[in-house]
Amino acid sequence: MTGADLYIVLLAMIGGAIRVSTPFMFVALGECLTEKSGRINLGHEGNLVLGAMVAYAVSFMTGSPWLGVLAAGGAGLVLGAMHGWICALPRVNDIAVGIAFMSFGTGLAFFFGKSFIQPSAPGLEAIGLGDWTGNSAIAQALQVNPLFLVGIALAVFLSWALANTRWGLILRMTGDSAASARAMGVNIDLVRLLATAVGGLLAGIGGAFLSLYYPGSWNEGLSSGQGLMAVALVIFARWDPIRCVWAALLFGAAGALGPSLQSIGISQGYYFFNAAPYILTLFIMIASARSKSAASDAPGELSIVK
Amino acid sequence: MTMTSTSPLAASGLSAATLRRIEALAIPVGALIASALVFSVFLLALGKSPLEFYGLIWTGGFGSSFSVQNTLQRAAPLILTGLAFAIPARIGLTLIGAEGALVLGGFSAAAVAIPLVTGGVTAVIGLPLMAVAAMLTGAVWIGLVGWLRHYRGVNETIASLLMSYIAIATMNFFVEGPLRDPASANKPSTMPIGELYRVGPIPGTTVHWGLAAGLVLAVVLHILMTRTTFGFAARMTGGNVRAAQAQGLPVGMLVVGCCAIAGACAGLAGFFEVAAVHGQANASLVAGYGFTGILVAFLARQNALAIVPVAILFGALAASGGLIQRRMEMPDATILVLQGIIFVVLLTSETLYGRIAFLQPRRSGDRT
Repeated sequence: MTGADLYIVLLAMIGGAIRVSTPFMFVALGECLTEKSGRINLGHEGNLVLGAMVAYAVSFMTGSPWLGVLAAGGAGLVLGAMHGWICALPRVNDIAVGIAFMSFGTGLAFFFGKSFIQPSAPGLEAIGLGDWTGNSAIAQALQVNPLFLVGIALAVFLSWALANTRWGLILRMTGDSAASARAMGVNIDLVRLLATAVGGLLAGIGGAFLSLYYPGSWNEGLSSGQGLMAVALVIFARWDPIRCVWAALLFGAAGALGPSLQSIGISQGYYFFNAAPYILTLFIMIASARSKSAASDAPGELSIVK
Repeated sequence: MTMTSTSPLAASGLSAATLRRIEALAIPVGALIASALVFSVFLLALGKSPLEFYGLIWTGGFGSSFSVQNTLQRAAPLILTGLAFAIPARIGLTLIGAEGALVLGGFSAAAVAIPLVTGGVTAVIGLPLMAVAAMLTGAVWIGLVGWLRHYRGVNETIASLLMSYIAIATMNFFVEGPLRDPASANKPSTMPIGELYRVGPIPGTTVHWGLAAGLVLAVVLHILMTRTTFGFAARMTGGNVRAAQAQGLPVGMLVVGCCAIAGACAGLAGFFEVAAVHGQANASLVAGYGFTGILVAFLARQNALAIVPVAILFGALAASGGLIQRRMEMPDATILVLQGIIFVVLLTSETLYGRIAFLQPRRSGDRT
């Protein structure tokens, strides 16, 4: 591999990271919010797929991709609210319900999405942040989707709101100690319901990105576990919205490894490199499990870290 | 026995254990009925007839001897993947990686078959070797998840799903590359195992031997989990890990052991998919059996014996999918929606345990 090849691969990976990371970012922020309230939603894979399908369908029917994004958020909100409501019942296991919603959301998406596999819907337009360089490779790598910027702004906002607002305090308290929240007169089921619903909304928007920008069309193989990897990503990011953005970029870069190597003619082991994000996630989980810093940052009520 | 302790039970005429069994049967059956009602509303909203739908499931799943055999054929892998979820669940683990163990098990069987077939080894020796390879691969794959869980504290639910994706990518890597049969142009596959190596049907039927293997394993594992010290220790660990450790039980070994059994079950399902259904390993192995198995196990309340009828029920759903597609002009994902609804309603019904008054044994202190 020559220096020029390395440059191409690196540039493609940066471009890939920006392109691929957005759904990770949205699901991770949604999951982060949900987990901050002390509950885990493993069903975001379903939100992601249903969001992708709804966004594509609405964009196709109305001609407006942004209406599609809104509708995807709405679909995610409904799924999230259902998850939050069911988990508030006694004796119900949030992890198992998440698995159920994964299959429910995916099933609904495949059912209603059958007729939208063929037509092409208007997608989201990219903003060319690198156009001024006049270098087509850089310009292509820096094609940024508005949702990417929205995600970063959202992460900054969440990070500020969790630390500095009354709502943020209530959310963190519910997640860290349900008993003290209850003693303060907080309705913990309501807080968790709202957190899970908003988390679901964000995951749905992440799905809209998949069908309306990259890969940019609706089909049944659109999502391959991004919704679940985001759960691991949140653990890796130690429940911090800003770190979620960095982690999402890292995952995006790992996902872009296979295609980047292919662009310089290394197609040997393409499928192996496709598994890179999963292997990376697994190693990150092994490394971050039982680490002291992860344990101290984790919401105390969270079932997966107990 | 004193009057105070016998009279309340005598009043209902049933022992506490019997009442618990009735509850464990009534709530899942109730959840199934409720799901059927919810799904009927869904169908009515789409302008389809629920009666026609359920009628077609009956016809497609049990209506003729052909459809019964079709149902049983599809139930076979579901029994095995259901067991793969249920056994670790008894020790307190939520493993959702059976899909990967099935795929990798099937792939190993097909890979082991290549030198055996070209070397001219007879099927009597070759087939068991393939089955062992599939089960070992599955056992190591899921056993590793158990090891990570116990010794490294890695969440087993997420880890097992990630391992699933890695397993599928591994198979794709070999099937598209080193082990690809050049003749498989459109759908990259391994070399066909050949007619001699095919597992035939159970005599008198068209159902392959995977069904018999599933039935035997369900009985064996039921006995293992309920009648042996291993099963008792595993269930005790599932109830309270710290108490089990304080008792001096080898918790790590039990966890890894249960996971390895689960992986072996899923791997065996993969072996039968290759040796009895597809004849080679390719993307057809990724058929969602691993995920439906989770639902099967939940509906059977992780009881190995109950998995058999539940798997047959879901086999019937899968078997009638084509008929529903043709007659009602609905997409094949209809069955997925129904399964999703059943899943959600079933888990919601968990909240009812211990809360249906007439199913609770009255304690001796209660007034009658």
